[in-house]
Amino acid sequence: MSTPANFPGEPDSSPEIAREFGLAGHEWDRVLSTLSRAPSYAELGVISVMWSEHCSYKSSRVHLARLPTTGPQVVQGPGENAGAVDIGDGFCAVFKMESHNHPSYIEPYQGAATGVGGILRDVFTMGARPVASLNSLRFGRPDHPKTPHLLKGVVAGIGGYGNCIGVPTVGGEVQFDESYDGNILVNAFTVGVAKSKDLFFGVAEGVGNPIIYVGAKTGRDGIHGATMASAEFGEETDSKLPTVQVGDPFMEKLLLEACLEIFATDCLSGVQDMGAAGLTSSSVEMADRAGNGIELDLDAIPRRTKALSPYEMLLSESQERMLMVAKEGREQEVFDLCAKWDLDASIVGRVTDTGRFVCKATPGYDPFDGTGKPDPVVVVDLPVDLLTNAAPKYDRPQEARPERASLVTMTGDAPDDLGAELVRLVGSPNIGSRSWIWRQYDHIVRNGTVIRPGEGDAAVIRVFCEDDSGTREKFLAVSSDCNGRHVELDPFGGAAMAVAECTRNIVCVGAKPLGLTDCLNFGNPEVPEQMWRFAQAIDGLAAACTALGAPVVSGNVSLYNETDGKAILPTPTVAVVGQLEDPEHRLGLGFIREGDVIAHLGRPARGVLGGSEWLVQRSGSVTGAPVGIDLEAEAALQHAMLELARGKLVKSAHDISDGGFGVCLAEACIAHGHGASVTLPSNDDAPAHALLFSEEPSRIIVSLPAGNVGEVGDICKRYGVPFEKIGTVSGETLAIDGVCEVPIEELAESHSAALDAIVS
Amino acid sequence: MRVAVVQFPGSNADWDALHAVRDVLGADAWYAFHKETSLGDADAVVIPGGFSYGDYLRAGAIAGFSPIDNAIGEFASRGGPVLGICNGFQILTEMGLLPGALTRNAHLRFECRDIHLRVESEGPFTDMGKGTVLRLPIAHADGRYHTTEEGLGELERNGQIAFRYSTRNGDAPNGSDANPNGSVGDIAGVYNRQKNVLGMMPHPERASEGILGNDDGLSLFKSLRRHLGFE
Repeated sequence: MSTPANFPGEPDSSPEIAREFGLAGHEWDRVLSTLSRAPSYAELGVISVMWSEHCSYKSSRVHLARLPTTGPQVVQGPGENAGAVDIGDGFCAVFKMESHNHPSYIEPYQGAATGVGGILRDVFTMGARPVASLNSLRFGRPDHPKTPHLLKGVVAGIGGYGNCIGVPTVGGEVQFDESYDGNILVNAFTVGVAKSKDLFFGVAEGVGNPIIYVGAKTGRDGIHGATMASAEFGEETDSKLPTVQVGDPFMEKLLLEACLEIFATDCLSGVQDMGAAGLTSSSVEMADRAGNGIELDLDAIPRRTKALSPYEMLLSESQERMLMVAKEGREQEVFDLCAKWDLDASIVGRVTDTGRFVCKATPGYDPFDGTGKPDPVVVVDLPVDLLTNAAPKYDRPQEARPERASLVTMTGDAPDDLGAELVRLVGSPNIGSRSWIWRQYDHIVRNGTVIRPGEGDAAVIRVFCEDDSGTREKFLAVSSDCNGRHVELDPFGGAAMAVAECTRNIVCVGAKPLGLTDCLNFGNPEVPEQMWRFAQAIDGLAAACTALGAPVVSGNVSLYNETDGKAILPTPTVAVVGQLEDPEHRLGLGFIREGDVIAHLGRPARGVLGGSEWLVQRSGSVTGAPVGIDLEAEAALQHAMLELARGKLVKSAHDISDGGFGVCLAEACIAHGHGASVTLPSNDDAPAHALLFSEEPSRIIVSLPAGNVGEVGDICKRYGVPFEKIGTVSGETLAIDGVCEVPIEELAESHSAALDAIVS
Repeated sequence: MRVAVVQFPGSNADWDALHAVRDVLGADAWYAFHKETSLGDADAVVIPGGFSYGDYLRAGAIAGFSPIDNAIGEFASRGGPVLGICNGFQILTEMGLLPGALTRNAHLRFECRDIHLRVESEGPFTDMGKGTVLRLPIAHADGRYHTTEEGLGELERNGQIAFRYSTRNGDAPNGSDANPNGSVGDIAGVYNRQKNVLGMMPHPERASEGILGNDDGLSLFKSLRRHLGFE
């Protein structure tokens, strides 16, 4: 076999170039020994991007294997473009979450927009019509000079893309913390709906089948983006601008409609979007899943710029492109439907049985301007396996974080005026209203948003499932959660809390959790303490997913979230999809009727303030004893809550999370302008401020008609869940016995202005 | 009643309109693709919201040159009822079927929320009576209605102003954010001179069902049905 050629102007590969491309010295050695030759320049590009952390999961794979991924409801687990869970009658919910952190820090609008575009493609590539999106955002401290620019840009970018393509953005979360000052997080989630039997997969099946390139033309944008996503930021970050892609949501809307119509004809054997590492990863992954090879004719790649080299074409991350494997002889059907939607489509290669990834191109030939004649030579010839299963996999060293004795006792001094303190907390950027954000998202397009942002603990959407027997309406609940501060203090417990809060949000709107997707944002895995955090968090996620019945069906890992050696808070974001049996089971978070009884479900707080918003504001750092979580008690609470919702016994439900009991009550009051008169759930040992602001998990505040108290109490008792009647919906103030009394109007005003200081 | 919902590349509230008219109201309704040249035997036409042609160049501008436009123009000139919602409103102004123009919201952001509007003029879509206050959602970045002072006077004289933004009680916004985009005269929707073509920024088709917490929008479609004599 002849050695693949460099293109004119390309240097010979070398250890120096390999290092520049992100390969470690021993990885370069491994390339040489496996190939028994030096790779061509284009091959080195292909190898380095496929071996990047972003594509290979080389530091995380050994740990990800510990996550529970099965269950009777799981239709598709991890490994495909997205996961899927059964929602009955032959339909499934297809979903995934993905990070776009590094690009969003460099260019917030386009970084966030293309993050949304990428996750939408992952979902519709599976044959599902996207029905709702969420986003989970982290920014630096509110008064950091870059925060306003980043927040405005990211929100505008998410809206710009999602609004245009017409998929409602129905919720999400945002947190500000100084650990994200130099490394924001943008995690985008989309759920779609498909017929389970018609799911599409990224497989290059059928030797001889044509590979069809559909969508936007290839340019130089985003080259080596996946490698950027696998490195820390430093001072030269600003020079990375060309690695950020530019999105075109209109093109994606055409792709979406064309793809769904093409899929329905059954003329494809596989499809994959070109996301990170573009043409390279899409073709290599498809070949790998089918155990086949792929040969690409790079001369045929549609392009929008002159003189693209094979290296550039293979590594470009130009957006809105799909790679389809058609059944031989049915190419024309693909072309016809692409023409209907005004999309370009060309045959760019064939499926082979060689198990190799081969690319040919003609030096000096440029179809863009008709220079030269095609006479291709081999520029890439690599075993597919080398780029996938045989890619490096590391069990990196871990080292537990040293115990900090001071953590344990830190509870903060009791403030003098708890009412004023509550008003202030309710209006702080991490707690207050996010309406400035979600008003910029079309959260109602597709006529399905039944519980809108801010109305419940999770969003509820109606989806239309159409088959031969007609159209059925089904109701899904979606939420995303994580509080990195609790993960920082206790990686296992904090990660478990993220899953617990997310599933709790789902049951609080009356839905049963079905499955979970994760987006694991951590620091440098080569630092043993960071690797330890990651491994601990995986174990926490695994334990909670198992206990709470939410298997992991898809996910994404984002490491190296550090700037100049300073890591972000460990942030294993999770999103859960649940389903309501009946839309009449749905519950909002706000009190709706004067005179209803207010009750506290779950064990009352012990007053542990570790990691709480209040203590962070008070002390200026993420500190205190970790709050811990009892997963058995959490599971019982969630089962009881779901039964209460299904029995239509309660009128509202809101879980206690960020900000604690006081904030939870305030939010339930503000929602519809009702007051409440309550006592703190019984606990004599702790000071009032600790009970008011503790973020201990596994607690829910419900309101219910007085006549239902007995039945609700009985159900809780049956599940072993403490039930305590703490007051009534009444008046125009939030009155907490012996603690404070604050007008709802004052709370609402503070709440609504929470982001004003940043965005105005 | 038979209703064609026009589908441009980038229309994205096409489903919302089809669902409201067909599944909720019970009319016959179908998508008319922009490459078609006929609207069939439609009794009414809805141009739905979205981002036709990505709103590149200018919102609604390129859709004003689609093959189906001639059919829409002809239908409208025969007096057929046409409703343009959001991007559909923008398209109708670009096609010259409605006066004025829609520009970037005064605050420069996309905005999605419920607003109130007051019916200003009765017509095929607005037989609910002048002064009726509706709650409807908006979802747009380019909804700031603009016309010259002269044009505004003409609209007022001819009773072409279909809706104005208002407070919950029907009072004028008086500079408050009850007018969500800075539209001149608080205008939320206008009729053509003959009053068979209506363009509006708020979305009645997204507020036509109890399950969505609001069915104020259904009154427009019921009005249309009565106007056409189907009940």
